[in-house]
Amino acid sequence: MKIEQYRILEKSKIEDFIDSLISISKVVAPVYKGFKNYAFQKIKSSEEVSLKYIPTIIPPKKYFMPQRETLLKFDIKEDLKIEPVVEYENLILFGVHTCDIAGIKCLNMVLSDNPKDTGYLIRKKHITIIGLECNDYCDEYASCAFVGAHMPTTGYDLMFTELSEYFIVHIHSSKGSDIVEKTDLFKPAEAVHIEELKALRNNKLKIFNNEVPTERRYLPDLFDRSFNASVWKELEQKCLSCGNCTAVCPTCYCFDIKEEVDLTLKAGERYRVWFSCQLDPFAKVAGGIDFRRERSARQRHRFYRKFRYHIDRYGMVFCTGCGRCSRTCMAKINLKEVLTSLIKESEAKIWRKWL
Amino acid sequence: MAQVVIKDSPYNLKRARILDVKPLTEKEKLFKLVFEDSTWLDFEPGQFIMVSLMGIGEIPVSVCSSPLNRHYFEICVRAVGKVTNSLHKLNVGDVIGVRGPYGNGFPIKMIEGHDLLIIAGGLGLAPLRSLILYAIDNRRDFGEIHILFGCKTPGELLFVDEIDEWGKRLDIHFACTVDRADPDWKGNVGLITSLIPGVDIDPIRTYAAVVGPPVMYKFVIKELLAKGLPVDQILLSFERHMKCGMGKCGRCQIQNLYCCKDGPVFTFKEIMDMAEAL
Ligand SMILES: Cc1cc2nc3c(=O)[nH]c(=O)nc-3n(C[C@H](O)[C@H](O)[C@H](O)COP(=O)(O)OP(=O)(O)OC[C@H]3O[C@@H](n4cnc5c(N)ncnc54)[C@H](O)[C@@H]3O)c2cc1C
Ligand code: SF4
Ligand code: SF4
Ligand code: FES
Repeated sequence: MKIEQYRILEKSKIEDFIDSLISISKVVAPVYKGFKNYAFQKIKSSEEVSLKYIPTIIPPKKYFMPQRETLLKFDIKEDLKIEPVVEYENLILFGVHTCDIAGIKCLNMVLSDNPKDTGYLIRKKHITIIGLECNDYCDEYASCAFVGAHMPTTGYDLMFTELSEYFIVHIHSSKGSDIVEKTDLFKPAEAVHIEELKALRNNKLKIFNNEVPTERRYLPDLFDRSFNASVWKELEQKCLSCGNCTAVCPTCYCFDIKEEVDLTLKAGERYRVWFSCQLDPFAKVAGGIDFRRERSARQRHRFYRKFRYHIDRYGMVFCTGCGRCSRTCMAKINLKEVLTSLIKESEAKIWRKWL
Repeated sequence: MAQVVIKDSPYNLKRARILDVKPLTEKEKLFKLVFEDSTWLDFEPGQFIMVSLMGIGEIPVSVCSSPLNRHYFEICVRAVGKVTNSLHKLNVGDVIGVRGPYGNGFPIKMIEGHDLLIIAGGLGLAPLRSLILYAIDNRRDFGEIHILFGCKTPGELLFVDEIDEWGKRLDIHFACTVDRADPDWKGNVGLITSLIPGVDIDPIRTYAAVVGPPVMYKFVIKELLAKGLPVDQILLSFERHMKCGMGKCGRCQIQNLYCCKDGPVFTFKEIMDMAEAL
């Protein structure tokens, strides 16, 4: 912890800070929507912001990879004219939890893999991320410590952590330091603040305990043994195949490509929209063959996609432990319970071998 | 929100003009294409391109011409739906959008110096034609070449003039079969698997390249294994729904593989333990 990279903001000044952000740029922050629901949306004043919030319905993914995004514009008039485009705007995301920052890192991994998704990378460059550390669990659905997304590491410009009297702010990029300078509300951090931050993080290790009875490093092994687990068959009975779990997941990026022609039938655009491996036509090919017709196979794919496949491909777990999928599921399919059942089932298998 | 043009978008298309259209059967047409910017398509046999009809859609199609041809490239398209039917309505001089090539293609450098057994079911001949033409153009780099081709009916045989030529060549062994004959048919009748026991190959020196409808693979692989072919010398090209063609949209995922990026060509060894592959 280099003390020069830290600043202090008095708690009473947080509103001033947010309002000064609004004077610099468009700001998006968590806003309470009623019934324990929160949403990231554009704010006009600091009064709208909820500093204490549980994960928003839709993750900030929507600003990096919009639900609908134009890829090409075309004009078929006399001569076919095709223009690939990107839509972007300068944006400050304020109050992003570490789990959602982990989600953005997953998107970065996939979309900066070759061939690079130029549109995404341009949009990302124009977004500033101001994080807000959680000092305690949001609710019982969270499993962020299991996947290691409960501590700030990288992927943000500024990170706010609430201490007893102050916010301590970590400056992690030149974009972040520009904001600190422009808003002119911060004081240099002193050794006592750094000590308090260290103590807080140490205490977090006690509060945030593995929510699933195994460790992250055993995941490849667990999943390698679980392809034919009966857990998947049980999900078959429950899952409604609605696709909500994937729509709200910060690490789901699968999409469909469609197009639309305007009323003149001459010009139009090609766009991508979020799509889900839980929905019917996803894995169908010509001749009507569906390689994942069963809901059990689709749910299994979702879990393997989070906890196994991408460890090989990108060296990362593609779950941030945000708990959104479990919170949103009408069939009450719970990620932590599914993982726990898998562990139980695989242990039972191993024990049986020994007995 | 600012909207700017990004030429380096991976979704950008090149304009390709249709030089020639040739009906091959009732459902298949062969399109000869050139890029309007006079560049040529640098691809490997087995790779595919994304073909666009603006306002209608974009689909993956294998390139079926010789990769050594720098004057034009060809695709063979079966009319099955929206985009493919609209393609069939196009004429010489019309322009379509193309991006690619994508996928890995057949590992030519590995195959060279070996014997080659090609097994094509129906439209599977399209990507394999590219490999066959390459092998013929570089005949000395390959040992024996066997081509087996199977279709439902004689009317569905593709590239009839060419397969006639291949049949006449002394340096290629060509055999063809149909599931159901008509009165004029004098050749083999039966599934493509019935041809395999009859070909005389040295399994250790042979690479088999197999492309066809999904149902065909299991049965063909069984015959090839019975012949003693090593699992890493059986090359299969898979078809999955594809939207991006570059490992992003997730549509073509077979467990931890992306068919579009890691494939479409896989060795049997790579996929034999994967439940969702075959
Ligand atoms: C690697 C690869 C190579 C191919 N090579 C050839 C070829 O050389 N010649 C040829 O005629 N066809 C080829 N196909 C199949 C071709 O892509 C489909 O026939 C085409 O996409 C159908 O589009 P459509 O709009 O006409 O049909 P639709 O009306 O959209 O649908 C008809 C059927 O085609 C399937 N289909 C639709 N879109 C796709 C898609 N994007 N990817 C895969 N299947 C789809 C649907 O599931 C449906 O069963 C190839 C497919 C792949 C994946
Ligand atoms: S939200 Fe629940 S019911 Fe809907 S697809 Fe996901 S797991 Fe199934
Ligand atoms: S799988 Fe569930 S808990 Fe994990 S990142 Fe996605 S929505 Fe959050
Ligand atoms: S076609 Fe999009 S991932 Fe393969």
